[in-house]
Amino acid sequence: MAEHKTASPAKSDAAQSAGNGHAQTNGSTVAPPYRVIGTRPVRHDGADKVTGRAVYGADLQLPGMLYGAILRSPHAHARIKSIDTSAAEQMPGVLAVATARDLPNLKDKVANLGEGAVNLAHLGANVLAHDKALYKGHAVAAVAAVNIHVAEAALAKIRVDYEPLTAVTWVLDAMQPGAPILHPDLRTDELGEPGAGNTNISTHLHFEQGDPDKAFGQADVVIEREYRTATVHQGYIEPHVSTALWNNDGHLTIWTATQGSFTARQQTAELLQIPLSQVTVVPCEIGGGFGGKIPVYLEPVAALLSRKCGRPVKLIMNRADVFEGTGPTPGSFVRVKLGAKKDGRIVAAEAYLAYDAGAYPGGMIGPGCMCVFSCYDIPNARVDGYDVCLNKPKTAAYRAPGATQAAFACESVVDELAEKLGIDPIELRLKNAAKEGTRRVDGPVYDRVGLVETLEAARNTPHWKSKLEGKNRGRGIACGFWFNIGLKSSVSAHVNFDGTVTLLEGSTDIGGSRTSIAMQLAETLGIKAEEVIPRVVDTDSVGYTDVTGGSRVTFATGLAAYHAGLDIIAQMRQRAALVWECKVEEVEFDAGTFRHKKQSLTFRELAGKLHQTGGAIVGRASVDPEGATNGFAVQIADVEVDPDTGKTTILRWTIVQDAGRAIHPSYVEGQMQGGAVQGIGWALNEEYLYDDKSRMTNASYLDYRMPTALDLPMIETVIVEVPNPAHPYGVRGVGEVPICAPPATLANAIYRATGVRMRELPMSPPRVWAALAAKK
Amino acid sequence: MSKRIHVSTTINGAPTEFLCEARQSLLEVLRDTLRLTGSKEGCGNGNCGACTVLLDGVPVDSCLVLAVEAEGADITTVEGLAHDTRLHPLQQCFLEGAALQCGICTPGFLVTAKALLDRNPKPTEHKIRFQLSGNLCRCTGYDKIVRAVQEAAKALDGNGRAEKKAAAKPRAAAH
Amino acid sequence: MRGTTKYGSCWKVAAQNRPPRSFYYSLSASTRKATALQDFSYAAATTIDEAVSLLSAGGDRARVLAGGTDIIVQLREGLRSADLVVDVKKIPELMALDFDPARGLLLGAAVPCYRLYDDERIAAAYPALVDSARIIGGWQIQGRASIGGNLCNSSPAADSIPSLIALGATCRIAGPAGTREVPVAEFCTAPGRNCLARGEFLVSLVLPAPRGGSAYLRFIPRNEMDIAVVGVGAWVELDPSGQKIADARIALAAVAPTPVVAAEAGKSLVGQPASEASFKAAGEAAKKVARPITDRRGPADYRTHLVGVLTQRVLATAVERAKSKK
Repeated sequence: MAEHKTASPAKSDAAQSAGNGHAQTNGSTVAPPYRVIGTRPVRHDGADKVTGRAVYGADLQLPGMLYGAILRSPHAHARIKSIDTSAAEQMPGVLAVATARDLPNLKDKVANLGEGAVNLAHLGANVLAHDKALYKGHAVAAVAAVNIHVAEAALAKIRVDYEPLTAVTWVLDAMQPGAPILHPDLRTDELGEPGAGNTNISTHLHFEQGDPDKAFGQADVVIEREYRTATVHQGYIEPHVSTALWNNDGHLTIWTATQGSFTARQQTAELLQIPLSQVTVVPCEIGGGFGGKIPVYLEPVAALLSRKCGRPVKLIMNRADVFEGTGPTPGSFVRVKLGAKKDGRIVAAEAYLAYDAGAYPGGMIGPGCMCVFSCYDIPNARVDGYDVCLNKPKTAAYRAPGATQAAFACESVVDELAEKLGIDPIELRLKNAAKEGTRRVDGPVYDRVGLVETLEAARNTPHWKSKLEGKNRGRGIACGFWFNIGLKSSVSAHVNFDGTVTLLEGSTDIGGSRTSIAMQLAETLGIKAEEVIPRVVDTDSVGYTDVTGGSRVTFATGLAAYHAGLDIIAQMRQRAALVWECKVEEVEFDAGTFRHKKQSLTFRELAGKLHQTGGAIVGRASVDPEGATNGFAVQIADVEVDPDTGKTTILRWTIVQDAGRAIHPSYVEGQMQGGAVQGIGWALNEEYLYDDKSRMTNASYLDYRMPTALDLPMIETVIVEVPNPAHPYGVRGVGEVPICAPPATLANAIYRATGVRMRELPMSPPRVWAALAAKK
Repeated sequence: MSKRIHVSTTINGAPTEFLCEARQSLLEVLRDTLRLTGSKEGCGNGNCGACTVLLDGVPVDSCLVLAVEAEGADITTVEGLAHDTRLHPLQQCFLEGAALQCGICTPGFLVTAKALLDRNPKPTEHKIRFQLSGNLCRCTGYDKIVRAVQEAAKALDGNGRAEKKAAAKPRAAAH
Repeated sequence: MRGTTKYGSCWKVAAQNRPPRSFYYSLSASTRKATALQDFSYAAATTIDEAVSLLSAGGDRARVLAGGTDIIVQLREGLRSADLVVDVKKIPELMALDFDPARGLLLGAAVPCYRLYDDERIAAAYPALVDSARIIGGWQIQGRASIGGNLCNSSPAADSIPSLIALGATCRIAGPAGTREVPVAEFCTAPGRNCLARGEFLVSLVLPAPRGGSAYLRFIPRNEMDIAVVGVGAWVELDPSGQKIADARIALAAVAPTPVVAAEAGKSLVGQPASEASFKAAGEAAKKVARPITDRRGPADYRTHLVGVLTQRVLATAVERAKSKK
């Protein structure tokens, strides 16, 4: 265990703490003198969360509430010939039973859920299986009863007649002719044209720029390798939970743990074919999501049950349900080929990616294809990607969805290239780093991005400069990329007469975003972070806001808070003009003080005069920004591999990341550390294991093996700040990119320690041992 | 079989009685019957530690304790860590050190860490990591949790820091 | 409640004449992964007689509850079922923890793991047992789980059983026909099965007076919270020179349907120098006993290989401990 004797972040200044650097590299300009941004206030919801008072989804209790339970398919692939629920319905204490028959017919219905079109029939069938169960754990029927014990007993009385079918769980197998077909009506979307014949391949994507064939011909070195990654789960500690009340007036209220209350509302309304306005979603505190709590699973089912019995119904998954019945992220096969000149310039690239979609089309292949070469300026490149249905749960986003699999492949080949060319791995990356003006293979041209600065900062870390000694030890490095997105956010904020401001927002707070948003409003208004009171409210109490995901909340909802702040200032200046009997234009505002000639009023003082000058002030903003700009992170790992067992021990870890601007550095570091550790888990031990009937055999925390505190050293962080020109405070978004690099970082480190290139995830002890044995 | 059983316990210092079925776990009774929902259920089989409580001072997974076994026992839950409006130094250090993100694992970590510091006021980093390995966190990567426990150990060790800190500063957020 | 209990009476357990019943049956993978526990009644016995009586009356639908960290999970997930759960923690003999350097250790079957490592004298006397107690689940599990329960659960991968075998522990079993003693090495009969006849239950474990040095080592993919891929327990006694091995016992977990004694491996060490070469040879001998399967916790060939690696390592630790005592 590496012990780094350093000060605690809590006690140190913002700039340098706990082995965590904070590199101001915003070019020639000096960082603006922020008063709130860059400080580390205690989060607004903190006291509730350390005392157990915060109300998470499972903590909710309503009068007359019933408990639900869901019957799930024991088969990975089966035709459902019949479902007999009569015995369950007659059980004392059972108040409602629901199956897919209770859902409206959704065939051929498509909805736009803000992130592209979604096939509602598929969404509905995933929530409650219709004619086929497509994975073990697929929901088939649901019961509401007076308590969980009765509900589970009732499940045992539901008779389902299954006709088991052959299942397929490995992506390349599912693509073969003759593979078991999940959806007889599925035709490959072949670059926009429907393909012919039965298939599990829902989409074939192709991106190309320049002339890759010619460029490979001119390359001095060409390396082509194949990579495989296992299915992994987001692993949030809070299982899915939803409570629904279909009221007597027909209004449906849903209390749920969701990353997006508005998308939960829309998905539920579309699935039930009722107007949006008939549904209110109340977001509860949420115990992690990482992309996995964007799709609905329980919400529509709880609603169906409540509609049948007229009482609130709570549905909670257990851990096995979460593993077997909710979106993991794709397993994958990726082939990457890179061609470079002797001087290290990468001139050609080609990639083939096949990703699990899971049971229904629409996985993470798009971002996978777009991210595979996104760290580099490569003029000639070609990418083919395949979205493949197979008998696993429908995949869901997981922190930079699709990017980690691609980065594992590309960054491993780049490492081999550096070795073959005899160039330092950071130098090689710097030589080829994407920068402003670089065109990515899928078309977009980068705005100002910070990869070069991030690589340079990595080169300057104490970690990279240190010497690693000892047997069986090695150091690895790799880059990661994520787009970061914008999307829609709305806020409103009202000025209280004591000078505080209450901020209403629709972004569910998974990791401290209440505070990072409130800090931006506080900065704008020139007040303290503690003087903003952020509230995450329901879908009737704030304007439309997209999901908490895509590393967008601090960027986009923060931007909305900034604009609401400007709106408040404009209104406050009018009030000041009334007080001073001057023109609005003559009222100046700076750093929390309004001025006219020699007169001045602080924000708080003026707030105290709102009563006399026209009443309350409400600021508001709704944004849909284009300018979320890309994030890059570089990670460095020192490992020791036990040659006798194949086990990898992490000795030291550093992550260097461009945050644009770190609003609350502690939570930026936290995102970096947490993302890195999820990537470490993905790299070393996490995987879905299947038996010969394609049933998951390790649907528990015991055997899924997420990292514990004892598996890790401290995670050193260096925040690079290359401000995003499209955001008033320079925010880029930081949540996702930290997960991308760790698998390649570790594969590269393991190679340096052992001489063995690991090309399959997880790089678990038996695999590394077998690779070492094969090398001998 | 489902006859209800009367159980007398002490919870967070207060004598508490409840009725339960034999098959109900302590966690279920704490959460659903007594409405002490600070203890969380993450897995139901002792692998995540989100439901950790102290049973006669010993940390246990309350999902693996039958409620009837609590007869005569002294139980501490996360709700019992703070005194009046003053947070326990661990709670304060978790807040100041940003040792939580989503917060669902936090109650379990706090209770386990309290048990650790009660026994071992100056644990090494390795000791902290070892004793906390029964508590899973998926958000933080553990770095800031370990540091917060180290800070709390210092605070409890008598440099007076714990005493200076009053209740949490910002106002509680909405649910 | 959980204070130490005087041991006196439990060295002799009155004979009982009750109908036998099966205590455990084989565990198989279940598709049921329930949230809530199945319905059952609860009884807390306060004497061995009462427990025998309750268990007998309950027939094969009664289960013993000690720490509960296995049985509650199994009842919840449908791996076992019960109409009656008999809590044995209020029986003084089951909570006994008495160590006498000359006589040995009497370990009540329901004593939670943490009490072993919290007791410095026991930790020093039986380090292999304490190695095991520290890694059975997390700390929260160790607050409840007992060594006796770990033994009665009879998992092939149980972390405490190789240590108990290596340390020469004996089971003290009460039942309708009275009390009997069985060496731990003969207790387990198959995965999830053991020699407890109908109506019997484990009262305590008896460890001989401490001699030599011992250690337990397992391999897991993470550093904590996993089930052993392979576990090896070893006990060694050095000759008066401190350089040669006078006696040794080695036992393995997770490489056969039950924890197994690696008798040849132990024998191979007798009279040998306490050296890496001897440990390695013992490791090779131990591998011959291993008959592992491939499952979610590891492939068979890897497990066999690990037996050699871990045997070698655990012997080095056990010898080091034996030397430090001299």
